[in-house]
Amino acid sequence: MMREALDQWDFVVAAYVVGVIGTFAMVAWAWWDMRRAEARRDKVKRK
Amino acid sequence: MHGYANPTRFLKLARWLTPLLLAMGLVLVTGSLAWGLFVVPPDRLMGETVRILFVHVPSVWLGMGGWTAIALSSLAYLVWKHPLAAVAARASAVPGMVFTAIGLATGSIWGRPTWGTWWEWDGRLTSMLVLLFLYFGYLALSQAVAREGVSPRIAAIFGLVGAINIPIINRSVVWWNSLHQPPSITMGKSAIDPAFLVPLMVAVLGFSLLFGGVVLARIRALLAEVQAEARLRRMALETA
Repeated sequence: MMREALDQWDFVVAAYVVGVIGTFAMVAWAWWDMRRAEARRDKVKRK
Repeated sequence: MHGYANPTRFLKLARWLTPLLLAMGLVLVTGSLAWGLFVVPPDRLMGETVRILFVHVPSVWLGMGGWTAIALSSLAYLVWKHPLAAVAARASAVPGMVFTAIGLATGSIWGRPTWGTWWEWDGRLTSMLVLLFLYFGYLALSQAVAREGVSPRIAAIFGLVGAINIPIINRSVVWWNSLHQPPSITMGKSAIDPAFLVPLMVAVLGFSLLFGGVVLARIRALLAEVQAEARLRRMALETA
């Protein structure tokens, strides 16, 4: 019987990379977009 | 509760709560993932791949939680007509969509060494994919509604109707044959050993705090955009 030689750690690392990068990118984007929108509102208010 | 439906009062609360939730979430997620990677023992059947549990399960739960938040906020908008409820629904869409995508991707990666396949068109995986497409549709619709300046009623109805998929996802492994295991954690009991369950609960709490922080940040961003546009329109009318 043929068996694939799969290293389980490759899959663990791949899943953690996807999860961590996806989550942290979303948090960074949400924070940056909030700061940008609030800075624009404050700038418009001062006009 | 109704007191915080006032945007001024809500923003006062959100200003300190947003960084607090995000900071606590980042600490708990980092700690639980390190725990899952370096401390938890390999599983008797799944071996090292059991560590994917700590990314996959919180993501899938929050993917479903995101749509539940959309449905509840949409219901609140339709009943009380409060604009902040519509903003809260729209703010839950991006984090819900991202966690659904992460849940699908990590599930697929987990499936290859444990099931021997990246994908299977069974009830659980297909209904989760449908949830991702529902998020795409909801985001496109709510953005169009905001751009055209029309009532968010249609997006709220879409949010409520789409919620039918949530119990289908939850019961899919019971109703249909699936490679996916049946529910391991139900109300009040768990089939998971505490060595895995405790770090899993810490990961769920950490990811949930991040979800809450992102939703608050999105609400603040959407409210700031509305306030800036309203001010610009007033200024244009005054100069005309």
